[in-house]
Amino acid sequence: MKYICLGFLEPGKFDNMSESERNTVLDQCFSYNDELRKNGHLLAEEPLQPPNTAVTVSWANGKVAVTDGPYAETKEQLGGIQVLEARDLNHAIQLISQSPGVKLNCGTIEIRPAADICEIIRESERRRRKHPSPR
Amino acid sequence: MSDVRVTTRTLCIDLPFAKLNQRSRFAKVVVMSERSTEQIRELLDSLYRVDSRRILATLIRLLGDFDLAEEAMHEAFAAALSLWPARGVPDNPRPWLISTARFKAIDTLRRRAKFDASQDELVRYLEAQSSSAESSNEEDGLEDSLEDDRLRLIFTCCHPSLPPEARVALTLREVCGLTTEEIAKAFLTTPRTLAQRIVRAKAKIRDTPIPYEVPATQELPERLDAVLQVIYLVFNEGYSAAAGAEVTRAELTSEAIRLGRLLAELQPKQEIEPEVVGLLSLMLLQESRRAARTSPTGELILLENQDRSLWNREQIAEGAALLEKALKSRRFGPYTLQAAIAAVHAEAESVAATDWRQIVALYDRLLRIQPSPVVQLNRAVAIAMRDGPEVGLAQIDAVLEQGELANYYLAHSAQADMYRRLGRTAEARSSYQKALALTQQEPERQFLQERIRQLK
Repeated sequence: MKYICLGFLEPGKFDNMSESERNTVLDQCFSYNDELRKNGHLLAEEPLQPPNTAVTVSWANGKVAVTDGPYAETKEQLGGIQVLEARDLNHAIQLISQSPGVKLNCGTIEIRPAADICEIIRESERRRRKHPSPR
Repeated sequence: MSDVRVTTRTLCIDLPFAKLNQRSRFAKVVVMSERSTEQIRELLDSLYRVDSRRILATLIRLLGDFDLAEEAMHEAFAAALSLWPARGVPDNPRPWLISTARFKAIDTLRRRAKFDASQDELVRYLEAQSSSAESSNEEDGLEDSLEDDRLRLIFTCCHPSLPPEARVALTLREVCGLTTEEIAKAFLTTPRTLAQRIVRAKAKIRDTPIPYEVPATQELPERLDAVLQVIYLVFNEGYSAAAGAEVTRAELTSEAIRLGRLLAELQPKQEIEPEVVGLLSLMLLQESRRAARTSPTGELILLENQDRSLWNREQIAEGAALLEKALKSRRFGPYTLQAAIAAVHAEAESVAATDWRQIVALYDRLLRIQPSPVVQLNRAVAIAMRDGPEVGLAQIDAVLEQGELANYYLAHSAQADMYRRLGRTAEARSSYQKALALTQQEPERQFLQERIRQLK
């Protein structure tokens, strides 16, 4: 089963580490990721550029609104995403609990089960076949 | 078991049976075999009382759904009442009930599948499961799986991804069999709020899904911790109610102790987790004081003024024996240490004869593994008993200065007590007032008001 893991960290915490501390964290995290990948648990991952590079798109006052900065105004910000393959929730929790990022107190990881929307997509396809939307 | 329990359990199965008796189709059958029906009703009553939680735990595993399992179980008991008088009681009632419940569940799902095609797959899966279970000799493994299933149920109800209040509510409902009304009353919420909490928790278990399993060895310590927390929370809610007229609520403390015993029972003999035993010991030792904690008119009586002849010596003996067991492991967790402190009190004839030196030493150890301000406060009170109020006051002031206990009435009340013993009346009054403003519990309020009156 697929689980999306969102890693939140306090901006600056990483940069404020000494070089050797930082290298330790990186080495341990990358090594753990390699293991997860090898065992078929890590399907995909993307580290993110810092929160100040984010831009938010929404709808306001009848038109598209583009705002600078991330959506969530929280101290800890999204730093990376991983797509995990695990037997079940307990297994996913187990895998993430062992990750060096957690053990070295770098931040918090949110685990969200991926939603299966195949049926919803199929129904939409059926609708669109009957009434193709004008383009 | 007390008589109250019997009544509760009987009520649980009265309703379906009452419905059965009203159906004219069965009227003749009921009249002809009334006596045997009565005996069978009693047997089923006692089966329900003793085994319903175990049966439910197994059905949840087999059917994959809490509500379906509960409904199916009740239908199985109803079926037993209607079929056993004529057919005779089966040699192994439990497997009969479980197997019947499974078939009832499949029937229910088939009915639902007529309106909802997504149920078809589930029906086919369950039917396949039933036929394979019949061909293998299921009964041999049933005893073991019944115990494992109870553990699965406890650990699932206490899963970390459920909100804490939901864990408590779900555990009391599914593991202990309390009704929604009983739980709501005990926690001073409305049945509606509590029912919603339980519905949401079951939905989360179903939708995530949260697997119905005993945690893997590496996760066990943490997950066990969550279970112990729930049990102790229930106990504390019963031992010293947060608000309201009564100081203790007996049903909750006995429920918590039952849970503690169950958990201890289900531990593998070779690897008993000392904190499980430690918690049970702690609860028994605290519970042993219940009769002495309140006066006949419901007033709070402090430890120093309690009539120790009212302490339950049986519970103290059991608690002490369990404590020894826990201490043998040489792994001292917070519950075990708190139990050790309670044991020192339990074995003392009076406040003056209490070994306060040992209590302070135990608090020192507890503080090292559980550095909470409440523990610091309790240690400070023990230090005052050992070294006098001047020293105690200094310690309490230091804890209050840290800030976390600013709204904790017992901190101000402890400080007030030190001032009182030192003859610093004005400061004592002010601290008692602060404490009074922070508690809604009637007996506590009366106690504090009485202390204020005595200062004048």
